[in-house]
Amino acid sequence: MITKDDIKKLADLARIEVGDKEAESMISEIGPILGYIDQIKNISGEETVEAADHRNVLREDKVIHTPGEYTEDLLSSAPHREGNYLKVKKILG
Amino acid sequence: MIDLTTLTIASARKSLDKKEFSAVDLAESYLAEIQKKNSDIHAYLEIYDDVIGQAKEADEKIKRGETLSLLGIPFAIKDNILIKGKKSGSSSKILEGYVGTYDATVIKKLKEAGAILLGRTNMDEFALGGSTENSAYGPTKNPYNLARVSGGTSGGSAASVASSMALVAIGSDTGGSVRQPSSFCGVVGLKPTYGAVSRYGLMAATSSFDQIGPIGKTVSDVETVFNVIKGEDPLDSTSLSAGFYGENKMKPTISIGVPWDLVNQDGIDRKVLENFKESVKKLEILGFEVKDISIPSIKYCIALYYIINFAEVSSNLARFDGVKYGLHLDGKNLLEDYTLTRGQGFGKEARRRIILGTYVLSAGYYDAYYGKAQIARAVFRKEFSKAFSEVDLVLTPTAPTPPWIVGEKNDPLSMYLEDIFTVTANIVGLPAISLPSGFLNIREKDLPAGIQFMASHGREDLLFSVGKKFLGE
Repeated sequence: MITKDDIKKLADLARIEVGDKEAESMISEIGPILGYIDQIKNISGEETVEAADHRNVLREDKVIHTPGEYTEDLLSSAPHREGNYLKVKKILG
Repeated sequence: MIDLTTLTIASARKSLDKKEFSAVDLAESYLAEIQKKNSDIHAYLEIYDDVIGQAKEADEKIKRGETLSLLGIPFAIKDNILIKGKKSGSSSKILEGYVGTYDATVIKKLKEAGAILLGRTNMDEFALGGSTENSAYGPTKNPYNLARVSGGTSGGSAASVASSMALVAIGSDTGGSVRQPSSFCGVVGLKPTYGAVSRYGLMAATSSFDQIGPIGKTVSDVETVFNVIKGEDPLDSTSLSAGFYGENKMKPTISIGVPWDLVNQDGIDRKVLENFKESVKKLEILGFEVKDISIPSIKYCIALYYIINFAEVSSNLARFDGVKYGLHLDGKNLLEDYTLTRGQGFGKEARRRIILGTYVLSAGYYDAYYGKAQIARAVFRKEFSKAFSEVDLVLTPTAPTPPWIVGEKNDPLSMYLEDIFTVTANIVGLPAISLPSGFLNIREKDLPAGIQFMASHGREDLLFSVGKKFLGE
């Protein structure tokens, strides 16, 4: 049975803030879902997993764009930037 | 006045070429419908401000005698497909205000074929749901009954076509997201073979299931759009070359299999079942051979589908971190920036699935869930290839219940069980189409019903063929 602590731990791992109240209410929603998907254990089959009909696609590793062609378009979406860099808070103390 | 309710791509193209009306006239007619209906139905999140400009360009081309297959044809586009310079946000707060930096391959192809893009349509946030109730901007209502849901996740796209607010629409289908809203809104929706249409520029939900598909009033419209958007694309390595599955030979008779074990089980609405049986009879009268088939593992389809869905969704949504684009909420440090942005930017269902995905992929549970689901997927493929050695098509209802009342389903598991007939095509990568099959009389009101055909990989042609016969096209 999944507990509130489990949910808080998973939320931490997934980098999502989940309040105490929401974690509490998630127990009653997630519990039955896990109970339901558990039936997958009844299926038996080969241990070898096939990769469908798809195959690896390779291409030449070459530059096809002019340098900076999309830089402004892409960086203009960033919440914080400094010049041509994305800006985040200091990571190392 | 242009009669939009009976207009098809072919008839519109003919009238445009014969100058019976211009592309601007046509676009204006749709804009007028949108003006009249969208505030009630809420199919569109935004109408583009350059629609008339696009239509004028189309008229110029028509004047020059160009005859592109979609020249002047007005489209609605789901909010998870990128258009350069236009907002696109998967109906999520975490992408509020985000502007596409390039055209998705389907958009590029539609533009090259002369299509007019009217606007972006509402959906369940990041294509997680089955009713558009998970949109951060509120649900899309069913055009046949505004108290009920349009279905989802491409609910806005399906409702726009059903209410003549677009001639055709583009949706995406991860577990039924084109077919189920098409069924709920009484229109035709196609999920192509996995790999048939490039997903470059589609926001990923479950990468091993996602396909882009057209929605229209007729099978012919859906076929026309499919022929424009399909094809191999170097920008999507899962896209397949033409003829990848071999040459398609049309058979003199098409046989249909019904997995009656699945269709007859508890939880399938009685009226849905009645309508389905009538459809089977109609197909028999049309000369199709319909037989019972057994797909033993199909009963595990929902469990299998959701394990893989949770796992891939949690991975795909990891990219939304408040650093590169979209919403950013400021915390004490970088970690808090992430947790606040993701905690408040994602809606409830997205947060729930991220947590479930993190759980099924975590050490100690991986083999029991994700590993087992991958084995199950291989079993499914084998059983379906056996089924398709016996019949050409597999037939089911599209959805197990009629469209429900907005807000009626509040527990997530009951919502997941609505996908029972549609997820299998995504699990196996099969093409599948939903066709309108009349109406269900629910509390004195008629609501659309739908049936679904699945074909073997690459056999969209069989779906179109049976679909046209069924609908009398």
